[in-house]
Amino acid sequence: MRAADALCEALKAEGVQHVFGIPGGANLPLYDAIYDADFEHVLARHEQGAGHAAEGYAKATGKVGVAFATSGPGATNLVTAIADAMMDSVPTVFITGQVRTDLIGTDGFQEADVTGITLPVVKHSFLVTDPRQIPDYIHKAFHIAKSGRPGPVLVDIPQDLSRADIEYEPATGTPDLPGYKPSLEGNIKQIRIAAKALANARRPVIYGGGGIVNAEASEEFREFCALDEFPVTLTVMGLGAFPAPHERWLGMLGMHGTRAANYAMDEADLIVCVGARFDDRITGKLSEFAPRAKFIHIDVDPAEISKNVPAHIPIVGDAKDVLPKLTREYRALKAETDRLAEWWERIRGWQAAHPLRYEDSTDSEIKPQFMVEAMYEATGGDAIITSDVGQHQMWAAQYYHFSKPRRWLNSGGLGTMGFGLPAAIGAKVACPDDTVVCLAGDGSLVMNVQEMATAVQHDIPVKVFLMNNGHFGMVRQWQELFWEERYQSVAMGSSPDWVKLAEAFGWSGMRCEDKSELRDVMRTALETDGPVLLDVRVTQNENCYPMIPAGHAARDMVG
Amino acid sequence: MGEPGTPDLVKLEDLEASNVLTGRKHILSLLVENQPGVLARIAGLFSRRGFNIDTLAVGPTEDPDISRVTLTLDGAVHPIDQVTKQLHKLVNVIKIRDMEPDGTVAREMALFRVNAAVENRGEIMQFAEIFDAKIVDVSRRTLTVEVTGSQDKIDSFERMVRPHGLIEMARTGEVAITKARPDA
Repeated sequence: MRAADALCEALKAEGVQHVFGIPGGANLPLYDAIYDADFEHVLARHEQGAGHAAEGYAKATGKVGVAFATSGPGATNLVTAIADAMMDSVPTVFITGQVRTDLIGTDGFQEADVTGITLPVVKHSFLVTDPRQIPDYIHKAFHIAKSGRPGPVLVDIPQDLSRADIEYEPATGTPDLPGYKPSLEGNIKQIRIAAKALANARRPVIYGGGGIVNAEASEEFREFCALDEFPVTLTVMGLGAFPAPHERWLGMLGMHGTRAANYAMDEADLIVCVGARFDDRITGKLSEFAPRAKFIHIDVDPAEISKNVPAHIPIVGDAKDVLPKLTREYRALKAETDRLAEWWERIRGWQAAHPLRYEDSTDSEIKPQFMVEAMYEATGGDAIITSDVGQHQMWAAQYYHFSKPRRWLNSGGLGTMGFGLPAAIGAKVACPDDTVVCLAGDGSLVMNVQEMATAVQHDIPVKVFLMNNGHFGMVRQWQELFWEERYQSVAMGSSPDWVKLAEAFGWSGMRCEDKSELRDVMRTALETDGPVLLDVRVTQNENCYPMIPAGHAARDMVG
Repeated sequence: MGEPGTPDLVKLEDLEASNVLTGRKHILSLLVENQPGVLARIAGLFSRRGFNIDTLAVGPTEDPDISRVTLTLDGAVHPIDQVTKQLHKLVNVIKIRDMEPDGTVAREMALFRVNAAVENRGEIMQFAEIFDAKIVDVSRRTLTVEVTGSQDKIDSFERMVRPHGLIEMARTGEVAITKARPDA
């Protein structure tokens, strides 16, 4: 069998139904094999778009997302998506064509050392040197991508090797990787110590992240949180793991989190971190972060534990394994129930004094926060929302109350503008029965706007709600607050007529500039068949608050 | 309750986070898959995470599919625990051992080309004898000496010959192996 056909067989054996990609010289054999393959190929318009679509597919389902690209520029165009998948632990397999083996190292046409370029941003990578490796590497790539802490795996295949003839035997069982054995089961002694410490805590906070979503452990997390009157907060990656709104929900924490969540972290005596990594957007100034707290850190990746914040009770394991054990141990302790009353009194005080709020307009002007609230209502709070990066992303995180996991797909770690549209396309391919809305910024949307063609060609009816404020809003906000209002290169100046652009791509285009009409226009957009772009003109200079200025402590929150 | 090893009550004030800096030199011995690019992954990891390798030695093991990478790092500067955990994430790294100083035989080899004009040639040769070193090359004005031993021994040899004019020095970096139990 031709190795490229064996590759398709291996993908089929891995359960692949959809792949995203773009053909080119070096992956022609693969595309020839796809001609007869059983999976659907979605033709992206830029490899970065293919990569983010694969991420959106994976984030919406937990299944491995797959993207193809050719050698050289095709592969380098994937790099941002690969790095993004690395930062957000997205299970993805990227398959790139490479120039013929006799050309490698000669600076051949469309040659780039892609395994070298991507080395720091992959969970693992394979450079095929023998065609017989191809199916084996594919199986290994899938295993590595989805197990333990998920991440991107690259398989780079020289063109001549994918044309070679090999014997294909379907793989059986877990691949043999002597250096790769993720520890999923938490140490029960550590879990017992954690339960006992928690039973003694007077000011505990549960701080969860994307690891809960990745582990499919939202149910287990909710059960654990329901054990006692624990206050719960989540990172931007974890939103949906705990149902918002909820009486013990503090809101998101971090740079644009709520005061209640950040102040609670600041005054906590014990913080239980589940599947999060104490990123700088969470901790702010590290030396002043949660100065009174002891830390229980649960993570499947041992290297995350004590990386930024030293853990007092480290627990290496998958949240799905650790949380039920921790729940059982805690329950057996019969902790004093009303010991958290005083703590809640303090938290309720912060919540009452500093709710999330904005000053709404008194005329027809649409405030961006209002737009998110309208979107929440129009979608019944039950859509899959993707976003780009910036103010609109933070407002969505604040005002769209995610109650289920895998409904909020955004680029949290790398912060990739242009993520939203291709991710929405991937999510809609994966979940055709769900409403998928990309909340885009006008700065971000143009960065991968070419993917509008992909949605039309493959009949993928995503909706884009464009929060159009005419600026790189978050950068503008920083220049206003921290750079003495010296606005440089933040006004968009010239943007396309979005309605006409939508129509030019074969989308429906709509516009709304009046607050009183927004909900209705949104409903119409959602009910319209096919892809729709809704250009919403919002306040140009609104700032996203509250905010911990970069490098400051929770106590320094402004706004 | 009453599980062995854990008290019934864990007081928060008694909890300690482990100290991340050990303050001493560490020898990490890695068994890695003998495949192209493995060293690049290790080197890339060190540069990306800002870890500084003092010495690095790579070579085959008794198993042709497996190579050994021995590296030394300063535990006063780097959290060794974090370094090992990051290394463990590399799929090609099979095993890592943080070598216990007391249970380890560590050796390094070095070549020194030293100024050895007639008036100090004797002294250099004496040093070589004291350090159990070999003279492997001779010219009219220089001697090349091969020294094998612990890092400290090679450091002291360097200190001895440097005043005479050290022209060139090449060191391999330490390789290490655990000591066998006496009854093994």
